[in-house]
Amino acid sequence: MSLLEEGIASAAGVGVSATRPDGKEKARGDFLFSNDLSSEDMLWGQTLRSPYPSAKIRKIDFSQALAMDGVHAILTADDVPGENIFGLEHPDQPVLAFDLVRYVGEPVAIVAANHPEVAKKAADAIYVDYEELDPLVNSQKAIKAAPIHPEGNIIRHLVIKHGDPDAIGNIIVEGEYEVGMQDQAFLGTESGIAFPSADGGVDLHISTQWLHSDKDQVASALNLPDDLVRVTLAGVGGAFGGREDVSMHVHLCMLAMHTGRPVKMVYDRNESFLGHVHRHPAKIWFRHSADESGLLVKVEAKVVLDGGAYASTTSAVLANACCFSVGPYRVPNAVIEGWGVRTNNPPCGAMRGFGNVQTCFAAEAQMDKLAKALSLDPVEFRLLNALETGDTLITGQEITGTAPVKEVLTSLAEYPLPEPIKSGLLDLPGGTGRTTDKSHVKRGVGYAASIKNLMFSEGFDDFSEARCIISDGEVLIKSACVEVGQGFVTLVGQIVEETLGITDATILPVDTSIGSAGSTSASRQTWMSGGAVLKACEAVVNALIIDLSSENGVAYDKSGLNLVSKDGSHSIDIATALQGRNYDEHVTHRHKRTFPLDHNGQGNAHVSFAFAAHRAVVDVDEELGLVRVVEIATSQDVGRVLNPVQARGQIEGGIAQGLGLALLEDLVLNNGKILNANFTDYLLPTSMDIPPIKIASLIEQSEPGAPFGAKGIGEPPVISSTPAIISAVRNATGKKLNRVPIKPEDLVF
Amino acid sequence: MGNAQESNQYELTVNDSRYVISGAWLGESLLYVLRERLGLYGSKNACEQGECGSCSVMMDDVLVCSCLVLAANAEGREIKTIESVADGSQLSDVQEAFIDTGAIQCGFCTPGLLVTIHDFLASNPEPEESEIKEAISGNLCRCTGYGRIVEAVQLVSIRRSERDT
Repeated sequence: MSLLEEGIASAAGVGVSATRPDGKEKARGDFLFSNDLSSEDMLWGQTLRSPYPSAKIRKIDFSQALAMDGVHAILTADDVPGENIFGLEHPDQPVLAFDLVRYVGEPVAIVAANHPEVAKKAADAIYVDYEELDPLVNSQKAIKAAPIHPEGNIIRHLVIKHGDPDAIGNIIVEGEYEVGMQDQAFLGTESGIAFPSADGGVDLHISTQWLHSDKDQVASALNLPDDLVRVTLAGVGGAFGGREDVSMHVHLCMLAMHTGRPVKMVYDRNESFLGHVHRHPAKIWFRHSADESGLLVKVEAKVVLDGGAYASTTSAVLANACCFSVGPYRVPNAVIEGWGVRTNNPPCGAMRGFGNVQTCFAAEAQMDKLAKALSLDPVEFRLLNALETGDTLITGQEITGTAPVKEVLTSLAEYPLPEPIKSGLLDLPGGTGRTTDKSHVKRGVGYAASIKNLMFSEGFDDFSEARCIISDGEVLIKSACVEVGQGFVTLVGQIVEETLGITDATILPVDTSIGSAGSTSASRQTWMSGGAVLKACEAVVNALIIDLSSENGVAYDKSGLNLVSKDGSHSIDIATALQGRNYDEHVTHRHKRTFPLDHNGQGNAHVSFAFAAHRAVVDVDEELGLVRVVEIATSQDVGRVLNPVQARGQIEGGIAQGLGLALLEDLVLNNGKILNANFTDYLLPTSMDIPPIKIASLIEQSEPGAPFGAKGIGEPPVISSTPAIISAVRNATGKKLNRVPIKPEDLVF
Repeated sequence: MGNAQESNQYELTVNDSRYVISGAWLGESLLYVLRERLGLYGSKNACEQGECGSCSVMMDDVLVCSCLVLAANAEGREIKTIESVADGSQLSDVQEAFIDTGAIQCGFCTPGLLVTIHDFLASNPEPEESEIKEAISGNLCRCTGYGRIVEAVQLVSIRRSERDT
């Protein structure tokens, strides 16, 4: 049901469609994004990047560039004060290249000047003498090729062996699949400003996903003690994983400290494509077998992820790709082998869906093939094998939380299909181009389902800190949780209202003066930082109860938003009781412990799982290779809906990115160089590409251990929407379509 | 660029205020000058090649991408930016609808969309859904999948017709 039908919510608290507290500023254009910051006496930074995928740096001569009018500094690897190495999970990437460049776009030198155009011209005037080397650009060859990095080419090799390796079902299907390189393409490019401070430290204001990870990496590279690097969140124009890694952070701080002036840097769109990690391209082989009753017997897979030149989060992405390779199904026997490798392609790392996306595309194609081989309806076949609570994953982990896979599939299949093919001008593939007519158009329907792990896995100590400060009845919340657009700021107000009965909580500046909230990624912040805020508010209530009890000489209990004395003589609501009082409760919230995978890929490595299913309906003009997505319907396992409008926004936005991977978004590489690093040639879905998105059902089964019983909802919409669309196109055309995004020629030939 | 030979002086009329731009490089785009010289940061720079609509402004009542206009060429034109859409502290009905329907997530595309939609609704007060989608197809949004944005426009259309009857 749409908001127009439901009416606009005015209530607050958890479960209603509270509106964004930053909505007014954002609508007015007053909200300060990281590129809107400026300062008196500010300089502009610029990065010189490698034009080659692999080359030795023989010499850098910047004397002419430095002599240019308006240029204040040019710094190279020689000027990095501390460790010239950084990395999100593991330091393996130079802040500035010193001996070799390993990908097109690798930073080599940085410039500060009085105008951005001067800075660009100065960067162009730096002479770098390169000796070009043969680049390694084939991920499969990288496994055995000569190393391009001191740590070798294999970032991680992961084997999962589960059940009987010799088991095999009678019905066998096999396939090879490929996923292209998708970009997060957040609209606000990387930007920030660094201020040198009088204490010898630096203040960095930047758009990011994880302030404390940034701080640690910057401090190490600058050789500064922890407390002299202060990172403050500046307004974030979208993230989707692409801001989890350090980009310009160290460069900005180096330039600011060197010049003694504030330095601002804004990547242009081309540089943004070069300056952040992408979704890992994948090559995947699968063999699935089932018995004649339609039960899965075994899944075998080989997965190669192209990590590009540096590790970033490749190790964790590979774990997801392998652990969840078989999808949300009961698989008694599995042999999965994965490699995350280094090549001289652009580095890859986190993007929404994080490894699950790649193998889900391939595995769901396999599930369709098996259903066909068994003469079973694709949904019926999936239902036969759907995971339930108490089932065991191929990693040996038992699902102890909720697992409503059957519910998402059944509710989706029951949802009515859209009207038959229409012939209106905007209804046919090609739209107003009027390239086709109804008689040439075929309709297809496809289903896919997915599983996503929530939060960090494999033994990582995952936590979030929060403070709830009561200052004369006013509520202030302090957390380092990054708002990237997902609506955490809305949720904070809802939690405060739900627990304290007070509206208009103030969120204090998001910075490193409190402990880490972890990354805004992995569908984790509602659970982790939402949980921390909830605990902090509850701690305030507990402190208030103790004070009231001692003041009045009678014990109090909490009853909803009221505090009632045990003898029933006194009752006061929490908000009133907090008037004139001051509290400051600081808490740390952790999820249940996880463990590393053993040498057979077995272990309780993950916290919780969310499930989704998607159904795509497409119209295809096969002669012209045109696809029009008519409708996408979805059901999703959400635990509990905390804000219906924001939930819908996550689902619609995620599906749009899944559609992009299915049909449009592909960074095209030639010998390691991106050929389409701009919005003219890298095609993002526009409003004309996105069909009506129907939510068949949001399954609300409270997840044990989750604050409010809610599961993260950001990632599942991306994961199975892509395979559902491709399944529908296969259904319409009979084509194999083993690579996404599909292209017109895949349909025509 | 701090180079006297390339410096010049020109005037801009933005949101009914006149500004003298002096000592600036003449190669600066209108978007750059609005943002970095006039401090009007509401117009956004997402692609700077006319593909994303984030920098949309009105120039003599025509919707343009300010990244594609040379600031010095905008002399004598009436420029209206996102900063002129609200009436003081009173948000416009489109701005209100964006908040109500959840059309804002990160908000980076929001100013450009609001300028575009105000222009669109002025000429088409009761649009079909397909017309709304076409009208905003030059504005990229990466967060929302456009569903809430289309609904915001529909909500404005309904509220305006209710107000007028």
